Amino acid sequence: MTRPALAAFCLAFAMPLAAQQTMPPAPFAYRQLEDPAQEAAAQELMETLRCLKCQSQSIADSDAPMAGDMRHQVRIRVAAGESPDEIRSWLIQRYGDYVSYKPAVSATTWPLFAIPLLLIAVAGAILLRRFRKRA
Amino acid sequence: MSWRLWVPLFAFAAFVGLAAYQLTQPKDDFVQSGMVGQPLPYFDLPPAMDGVEGVKSGTFADGEPRLLNIWASWCLPCIAEAPQLESLEQQGAKIVGIAIRDRPEDVAGFLAQHGNPYTHIGRDDLSEVQLAIGSSGVPETFVIDGQGVIRYQHIGDIRARDVPILLDELEKAR
Repeated sequence: MTRPALAAFCLAFAMPLAAQQTMPPAPFAYRQLEDPAQEAAAQELMETLRCLKCQSQSIADSDAPMAGDMRHQVRIRVAAGESPDEIRSWLIQRYGDYVSYKPAVSATTWPLFAIPLLLIAVAGAILLRRFRKRA
Repeated sequence: MSWRLWVPLFAFAAFVGLAAYQLTQPKDDFVQSGMVGQPLPYFDLPPAMDGVEGVKSGTFADGEPRLLNIWASWCLPCIAEAPQLESLEQQGAKIVGIAIRDRPEDVAGFLAQHGNPYTHIGRDDLSEVQLAIGSSGVPETFVIDGQGVIRYQHIGDIRARDVPILLDELEKAR
């Protein structure tokens, strides 16, 4: 593709994105909560929730409009008295474990926690045997 | 030399092989909604432009299965799926739209250009309903049965080959 054609191609795709950004962000996308303790709880939670549009960022890190809408949800729910764990499970119910960066032991993830413990136990047993042989 | 000396090396090679295999597999970026099989959560959205009806969760509870199309005028794949929505409508599907983060004039412009297959169009400026039903982008299309239960989720734009699938899912939801 020639350079002007490429530029036109990129522009064609850039326009709707620009339009997407012209809507004002959700009220609590960028505004902190009045109560510092609630804001701290919301912030901590937002840092461990995955942005669904930009899948390697947390919603606290992302400027995608959808991440802003998710931050809005988190803040208004925290302000309404929901606990961070309730909000996390509300999202997990909809988007699966994938939406949460906080590791949890479940039917599919338990080997991740069990294997290191097993390896440490095996290493311990080997060392113990060797030291006993020497002594 | 004892054969046992080789065991850790083989274990390591097997691990590297497994990791290399998994890394070269295509990644599925689609996030499936966990709300399929669940009733629609309560919501009440205002109309997305003049002259259309807004969308409530109650809209879906009249015994008739419907498609719920999550879209936006700023979304390019939504232009691509517009003819397929038209064809679904012509084949008898009732389609309810929810416009995400959109302005009434942009919605009207989009429909004037690409056709209006919708019976109702709700305005969701904060992606609230989108988040509540577990949709992670535009466009997405859900099949909602006559009791307001989510039966099926189609992620991405509807292609010609998806039309019979969606009609079939609507029939199953009857």
